[in-house]
Amino acid sequence: MDQPIVQTRGLNLYYGDFQALKDINLSIKPRQITALIGPSGCGKSTLLRAINRMNDLIAGVRVEGEVFIGGENIYAPDMDIVAMRKRVGMVFQRPNPFPLSIKENITFGPIIHNTLKQEGLDNLLERTLQAVMLWDTLKDRLNQSALSLSLEQRQRLCIARLLAVMPDVLLMDEPCSALDPAATQRIEELLHELKAQYTIIIVTHNMQQAARVSAECGFMLLGELVEFSETGQMFTNPTDQRTEDYISGRYG
Amino acid sequence: MRTTTTPLQRIWEFFVEKLIFLSGFTAIIFVVLLFLFLLKEGLAVFKTVSPQEFIAGKSWYPISKPPQFGILPLILGSLAVTIGAAAIAVPFGVASAVYIAEVAPPRLKEYLKVGIELIAAIPSVVIGFIGMVALAPIVANVFDLPTGLTALSASLMLALMAMPTTVSIAEDAISGVPREYKEAALALGATHWQAIYRVILRAAAPGILAAVMLGIGRVIGETMAVMMITGNSAQIPHTLLQPVRTLTATIAAEMGETMRGSPHYTALFAIGIVLFLITFIVNFTADLFLRRAEARR
Repeated sequence: MDQPIVQTRGLNLYYGDFQALKDINLSIKPRQITALIGPSGCGKSTLLRAINRMNDLIAGVRVEGEVFIGGENIYAPDMDIVAMRKRVGMVFQRPNPFPLSIKENITFGPIIHNTLKQEGLDNLLERTLQAVMLWDTLKDRLNQSALSLSLEQRQRLCIARLLAVMPDVLLMDEPCSALDPAATQRIEELLHELKAQYTIIIVTHNMQQAARVSAECGFMLLGELVEFSETGQMFTNPTDQRTEDYISGRYG
Repeated sequence: MRTTTTPLQRIWEFFVEKLIFLSGFTAIIFVVLLFLFLLKEGLAVFKTVSPQEFIAGKSWYPISKPPQFGILPLILGSLAVTIGAAAIAVPFGVASAVYIAEVAPPRLKEYLKVGIELIAAIPSVVIGFIGMVALAPIVANVFDLPTGLTALSASLMLALMAMPTTVSIAEDAISGVPREYKEAALALGATHWQAIYRVILRAAAPGILAAVMLGIGRVIGETMAVMMITGNSAQIPHTLLQPVRTLTATIAAEMGETMRGSPHYTALFAIGIVLFLITFIVNFTADLFLRRAEARR
């Protein structure tokens, strides 16, 4: 079995006095899709954002415990957060390409990390846009504004922008919630392509989506990780009563 | 139970609606009337001088015989002061807007905002007075000049006056950049500064340009302070260290001495038209940028 690439140990997170994550212990295997499900406000997005320290931006957040990325505790005091975020990228709920050209969106990461010369502009654009299946549609309009794209294309561009910095882990925070069902399906196909090379952790409130895309799945409720198991098992034979209630649609 | 409007309510509605319409409309009427008045009084100057002589003429001697009404020195005077002020106010203004919007801790942020708004509350005659008494001697000393009343001194004081407008509008533009852009940049491993100058500033660019234009508009239209600090000499400036005279100061200083309807009087109105056009263009451009900024949200 592969070593886990992301691991949390006794992770507690507080927004002021409110405890949003309660003693989360989680191991995520490389190069597969792991889904986090649960009702709104259960802390699944918070957990995802704890994995690349995005919560640091929010005032009043306090974190206890450890999160290991490839064996390194990212909450260690001497951690280089910027370098860590280069390895752990994030795709957001609402597609958020920069209000710049398509090309500038892709080159953003490589320029700030000084890797553009290594790969070469043309290679970079083709590799990343091919990977998200936008190359054929966009290759002749790379200088157009990214805001001229459709929502689905924007989300794909955001993923391409992330692939440009070659992260190890892709965190996806409900990446399809702004998209229609057809676009959702195509993005899910894309995720299947990407998992050959990347470790993907996806937060979704759509259980069918979790069932379709993920190999392993975590169910969260009120800040607790109630159950974490192989996806097939969770949806057919959950061990915890609360999980069963949720996936059978009794609440959520 | 059905609710119905009483006749009284309906009359009241009608009345209020018309009143609001009228108030909105009078604003436009006033602007149009003002402009027509300016045109009527100002265009008469071209009976005395040709438009070319007026705009490009190098000497402004309105009371010599025959009088000379060339406003080029005044235009250049205004321009020197404005460009000087902008060169100081723009970098400082944008930098402090970035600091307030992105870097300063919340408490300090509030103090800074209030402090900068307070600058706007200083009457321009006080700014002029401080410039004259405190700044001018320093400028004279530092550059070893016969007088400190120069375009540079005026630029410095006007930069101060342009700051509140520039900073608060630029700060709005920067704070208005959707959080998602910043998060996306950070999630790609950008440092805070990289996120600011590669994404946030570019996303806020139209708003920042508008802030700069409105700041400049404030400087061009300023009268009292420049009248007190520039030295008021209507000569074509070659450096910022010379006394200059601006369009605004000329009108303010000379209007009282003219005879109604005389060529000098009409020339001052014509200067008013020039000023009106300049500020109109500046404000219009600013508005254009602001609209662009809004469209991006």
